[in-house]
Amino acid sequence: MPQAKKRSVSEALEAAERKARNEKYVLRLYIAGMTPRSTEAIRNVTALCDEHLAGHYDLEVVDIYQQPVLAKGEQIIAAPTLIKKLPLPLRRLIGTMADEDRILVGLDLRKRTQHG
Amino acid sequence: MAKSKTLRVLQKSPTGIQGLDEITNGGLPCGRTTLVAGSAGCGKTLLAMQFIVNGIRTYHEPGVFMAFEETAEDLALNMASLGYDLKQMMRRKLLALDYVRVEPREIYETGDYDLEGLFVRLGMMIDEVGAKRVAIDSLDALFSGLPNELILRAELRRLFRWLSDKGVTSIVTGEQGERTLTRHGLEEYVSECVIFLDHRVTNQIATRRLRIVKYRGSGHGTNEYPAMIDSSGINVLPISSLGLNYPVSKERVSSGVPRLDAMLGGKGYFKGSSVLISGTAGAGKSSLAAIFADRVCAAGGRCIYFSFEEAPAQIMRNMESIGIHLGQWVQKGLLHFESSRPTILGMESHLTAMYTLVERFRPAAVVVDPISNLTAIGDQAEVCAMLTRMIDFLKNRGITAVFTSLTEGGAPLEQTELGVSSLMDTWILLRMLESASERDRILYVLKSRGMAHSNQMREFTLSKDGVQLVDVYTGQGGVYTGSARLLQEDRDRAEQLAVAQAELRRQRELEKERVELENQMRSAQARLQSIQDELRAGAAVEKRRLDTAAQQRKDLARVRKAD
Repeated sequence: MPQAKKRSVSEALEAAERKARNEKYVLRLYIAGMTPRSTEAIRNVTALCDEHLAGHYDLEVVDIYQQPVLAKGEQIIAAPTLIKKLPLPLRRLIGTMADEDRILVGLDLRKRTQHG
Repeated sequence: MAKSKTLRVLQKSPTGIQGLDEITNGGLPCGRTTLVAGSAGCGKTLLAMQFIVNGIRTYHEPGVFMAFEETAEDLALNMASLGYDLKQMMRRKLLALDYVRVEPREIYETGDYDLEGLFVRLGMMIDEVGAKRVAIDSLDALFSGLPNELILRAELRRLFRWLSDKGVTSIVTGEQGERTLTRHGLEEYVSECVIFLDHRVTNQIATRRLRIVKYRGSGHGTNEYPAMIDSSGINVLPISSLGLNYPVSKERVSSGVPRLDAMLGGKGYFKGSSVLISGTAGAGKSSLAAIFADRVCAAGGRCIYFSFEEAPAQIMRNMESIGIHLGQWVQKGLLHFESSRPTILGMESHLTAMYTLVERFRPAAVVVDPISNLTAIGDQAEVCAMLTRMIDFLKNRGITAVFTSLTEGGAPLEQTELGVSSLMDTWILLRMLESASERDRILYVLKSRGMAHSNQMREFTLSKDGVQLVDVYTGQGGVYTGSARLLQEDRDRAEQLAVAQAELRRQRELEKERVELENQMRSAQARLQSIQDELRAGAAVEKRRLDTAAQQRKDLARVRKAD
């Protein structure tokens, strides 16, 4: 049994990798003005996308000061917020996107490890 | 306005919740944030919503409501039950409503952030309707969704300052904490005004209370005030703030029993006074109270009958048996029965319910029957406090109040269980007197302020013809009531009869004697007459004899031819 489980875990991982490689990622980054925090978030997200999702992602940066209606529609509370609209499930990543591990987990690019 | 007078006094933003505005001396601090703390289900959301809706409806101040716990749809539906049409207000651009969904499972923290999203949304809504009032309900959801409390706390502090800068008066709500006022210590950030709503359960009875924990720059009532949620929303009852400066009336109202009126200085109770009818079980307390209600209605006044023991139908049926027809007044809308078991609500809720009903019905008199079983839901001190408030409240409105109180068998009669007698202006005591194997009702006026009341005991009788007060028999043998009184009266009557008969007999005998004597007199006279007649007859015969003899002698002499 433990062996079977191990296999299924690694299979799932591979599947996730495969999926990640093929699936289109629709990402929205909501920022509040061009603050240092916003620029840091933009820089981190683009770098990460280029590294892990090269060629199959769609990233749009929205300034909620410019489009406050979207803040309401998208249920934005914090800024910056990165929303993974596709693939499902929907995820919200808030902050400067400095913690790469957590972002990869949040974007389902990496399975949750034991410590988090 | 003199220029030297630059003292700025804190402006207030009325909530439109009458009691709350009274204890806060006018409302919430204008342009500041007020925290409403309390446990689940205590009415925080409702209070916040009433603040916003009343602002729109009454004070022409558009408002913003940011909900974290209920969707706009749910809110609109819930508030519709209070008659608030949120959707219409939104269409008319008087209200902006936003549901902020915080889903902890979706959120990943990845570094530093702020809550600008929230600010932007609030700012947009405030600008959209030109809001003067903002409610945020409740901030606790943020704490569950955003694990980084450090950021959150800093942002909340910024939020309250920002709201203040926007010039809006705001309410934020927060869940009650175990040891602190709110679970997340929100009171640290809101320094202007903190209101605490409590929903306490004692002896299985829930009571809502409201307390102003602090209110910087303003005086406020410091007590816990009873609050109630009914069809009109939250009601706060600041009755204890009433002073002893109510108007008094010289007008009198009849007690419904003419002889009782006579005992009360000839005219009955004072209008707006409080009357206590106490007595043992079955002494007729309710009947006396119902008669009063009947009298008030017959005079065209309105009356509310609060019954804690009997259903309206039962009271009406029972009173029919003594010739009191309460049903007609109910039909005419003059009499309102409010029957409930005391245990159905907490003490304060009862008070609030009474208060609300009195405000709505505007009666000339109320009857509370009885106050003694309120002890089922509170201790003596609580009941006494409640009655004090109630009496003050009624007196302020010039409403005559009749309270009945049961004295337990064996308890001292001239002492109410609740120690409320000193609150009462008139105290009528009903008691049962046991004598000659029966129990009779005795009534007397123990006290009645401001009138020369009778010191007499009266027997109180209930029959199908109504209530009557009868003089008790006071004779050599003491006080008699009931059949003993009747017996004594019979005995007296018999005695009098005997005396009368003896006199009659004596008179008859004398008469007989007189008649006899007259008869004797008459027969004696008759004898006398006959004797006289006889005598007269005898004399005539003798004369005739002598005449005859003389004639014979003459004849003889002639015959003899004598000389």
